[in-house]
Amino acid sequence: MSQLLAVVVDGVIYSSWLFIIAVGLTLTYGVMKILNMAHGSLYALGAYAAASAAGYWIAQGYPPMVSYGILVLAALIVGAIAGPVIERGLLRFMYGRDEILLLLVTYAVFLILEDVVKLIWGVDPYFISEPYGLLGSIDFADLTYPVYNVVLVAVCLIVGAVLAWILRYTRQGKLLLAVIHDREMSQAMGIDVGRVYLVTFTAGAALAALGGALTAPTVSVVPGMGVEVIVLAFAVVVIGGLGSLPGAALGALIVGLVRSAAVHYMPEVELFSIYLVMALVLVFRPKGLFAGAEVRKI
Amino acid sequence: MTAENRTPLLLLAALAVALVIAPVFPQWQFLATLALAKGMTVLGLLLLLRTGLVSFGQGLYYCLGAYAAGIVGLHWGITDVFVLLLVAAAVSAVVAVLLGFLLATYRGIFFAMLSLAFSMILYGLLVKVSALGSTDGFNVAPPTLFGLEIAGKDSQYGMFALTCVIAFLMALAMHRYFRTPLGRLSPAIRDNEIRVEYLGASVRGAVHVKYVIAGTLAGIGGVLTAMTVGHIDPEMAYWTTSGEFVFVAILSGTGNVAAPFVGAFIFELIRTYAYQYSPNTWQMALGTAMLLTILFLPAGLWSLYERLRKV
Amino acid sequence: MSYILETRGLTRTFGAVTAASDISVAVEEDSVIGLIGTNGAGKTTFVNMVTGYLKPTTGTIWFKGQDITPLHPRQITRRGISRSFQIPQLYGSLTALDNLVVAFGIVLRNAKPSPFGRVPKLVPGYGVPLQEAAEAMLERFGLTEFRDKPASVLPGGVRKLLDIAMALTVKPEVLMLDEPTSGVSSEEKFAIMDRVMQAARAEGATVLFVEHDMDIVSRYAQRVLAFYDGRIIADGDTATVLADEEVRRYVIGNRGREVEQGVAHAQNR
Repeated sequence: MSQLLAVVVDGVIYSSWLFIIAVGLTLTYGVMKILNMAHGSLYALGAYAAASAAGYWIAQGYPPMVSYGILVLAALIVGAIAGPVIERGLLRFMYGRDEILLLLVTYAVFLILEDVVKLIWGVDPYFISEPYGLLGSIDFADLTYPVYNVVLVAVCLIVGAVLAWILRYTRQGKLLLAVIHDREMSQAMGIDVGRVYLVTFTAGAALAALGGALTAPTVSVVPGMGVEVIVLAFAVVVIGGLGSLPGAALGALIVGLVRSAAVHYMPEVELFSIYLVMALVLVFRPKGLFAGAEVRKI
Repeated sequence: MTAENRTPLLLLAALAVALVIAPVFPQWQFLATLALAKGMTVLGLLLLLRTGLVSFGQGLYYCLGAYAAGIVGLHWGITDVFVLLLVAAAVSAVVAVLLGFLLATYRGIFFAMLSLAFSMILYGLLVKVSALGSTDGFNVAPPTLFGLEIAGKDSQYGMFALTCVIAFLMALAMHRYFRTPLGRLSPAIRDNEIRVEYLGASVRGAVHVKYVIAGTLAGIGGVLTAMTVGHIDPEMAYWTTSGEFVFVAILSGTGNVAAPFVGAFIFELIRTYAYQYSPNTWQMALGTAMLLTILFLPAGLWSLYERLRKV
Repeated sequence: MSYILETRGLTRTFGAVTAASDISVAVEEDSVIGLIGTNGAGKTTFVNMVTGYLKPTTGTIWFKGQDITPLHPRQITRRGISRSFQIPQLYGSLTALDNLVVAFGIVLRNAKPSPFGRVPKLVPGYGVPLQEAAEAMLERFGLTEFRDKPASVLPGGVRKLLDIAMALTVKPEVLMLDEPTSGVSSEEKFAIMDRVMQAARAEGATVLFVEHDMDIVSRYAQRVLAFYDGRIIADGDTATVLADEEVRRYVIGNRGREVEQGVAHAQNR
């Protein structure tokens, strides 16, 4: 029984992490119809920026509790810079072209950013573990968890709720939903689609960076950390349905629980199981578990 | 003689030149062999690209071919080149036939993502199989041809020559294939699937066949790589490997069956030297090259060659 | 009398919209039928259903005595019903010649004696190799000068002709043309239609064509089906239908003189 509980709790924690990482990707696809392969690099950028900023902060002897804010701030700054640079500087010249072509362009951006990270931060790993341990741990039915992980879950819920609220109830959000539904019609109605794209992509970048920033205290920040994250994010987004916010939540939950179960009961299938679920969903419900994009013709 | 009909001669000439001058440059043989083997996989991508599909999962077959041959060598001690090639091709083909039933119904991003997912499934499987060395993989014994070692530490020429001949045969076969009614369906499917169906042909069936061909080519490329390098590991199925193949395919262009080999060679050259001199910018160079190709030379390097020839 | 093509009670609804309602038509072999009606009257829906692109909500379609209602477009084509499109469906990056080469290639593949058998050398029904058949078809439609031009750069009338030529490669017994002269300049209309009808009739095909231009209809059609609001409101020989009051009101509109001339023309035939 306690193992089942462990599976669920671990799963939920992992799912929260996945959600934060994947939600930006699904939004970007939903609005712009771009499957952004550079998402993983933005995640890495966020992790590095957060690690060095928070590391500096703590090394200087400033109050460690503020480091959490520093993590988030670093992520937002990364998003605010990288997002517009990529979107205005490159993507905007490619709109309207084939989806696959855009995918390849983002793949090229991913390759470039991987080295940008190395150039700025070097190849040695960064460690910034203080924020992780600072909050102590909490006991929950025989199991011990770092409070940090609980905070992660809370952040995930907050991000999800905020995004849902923005999309549903604010004007900006409704514009986004309109563009998701029908780009051409939205343009015909006078919506500044270009601006919507800029905002969406920047938000997606910031969210990816946030995922990285929040991960930084839990791992060693190394070059190439974004590579594995991309495929995980893809799996989540595909399972939930490209362009769907609740889909990203459900996809994250499924992947998180499946992985957790695998790790606890059958570790050999850990990686394999995630991609198997992704393949199964693509086979039986190519649109994902929630509505989303189309798949094929005749 | 049109440019198209010149290709078989061009290939034959290239084969002859390569076989003749290779002994003069022994230090290049390893790199060239590797390039040709990878070029084979990219040739399969060329077929798919001409059909309007981008696969981000050719690494699946590349890895399968290598591991199939590797396992056969490990358990039964078989090192004969032709047997290993056959095993790799057969295994790849069978898996491609099975997966093709599914994949042939997808296009665009979903085809790309599904193919990626399958290669990652293989990766996930292999890294956990300790009998096969997990992430480390295992070594492959030097290949033999009728009992003679063709790739020893002294000379790579045997392996190079073999790979050259196979590459030549595959390229020639593909060239001929594009002239058959089924081969001609590739650009037709890319341009207008509805028209193809309304003329009475099954697009799904045609795509399935092409997917199997591409998978088999990748499998052959994989086993040749394994024999050349002497080692295989699950990384061959990781999505970044498939990404490299896509990169080479875009860079080379689809204009001619020889393009993938030329592109692969250039790629291996750059990779070796860029990595040596500046390991932290080599990916950036790749990414930039890819962007420039997409933006300014969308038909790839081969189109540049065609343009220069006309001048 | 056995009909080559017959529809019985074809109906197609899209939710609350009825695109076609109880269409029952019997087509005699070798006839030439014009389908007229305003936009949205159901003509193209009818063509789409017969060629398998849309499945009727109710009703059946019979071709040479066999029920083809559940069949896929490619199966229907293989049986002998071929169509051209309102917007020409071509292979944009391929030359005009290569478009036909692809088409004939498909015909050759479909003529294989068995799934793994060899592809025949000569195109069935033409008796010549693939390239020759393609060149001959180009010539028959007067398109030889466009032989090496990519389909995407061809002028509108040429694209129409090529599209129809492609439809004829399969040697159909029933040829359905969707607005063969739409988007074509008035000088070219008759030239195009002449060529098309010549080629089709030479094949011995039964022709059904959707048209908005009453001059074309009156010149080429022996029989006319008038559609309105998803139903057939008139079905008979050309002169009678074009003079019919309901047809005039709902389809032709007040085109007075032109129509009278057209009707007179048809009556004089």
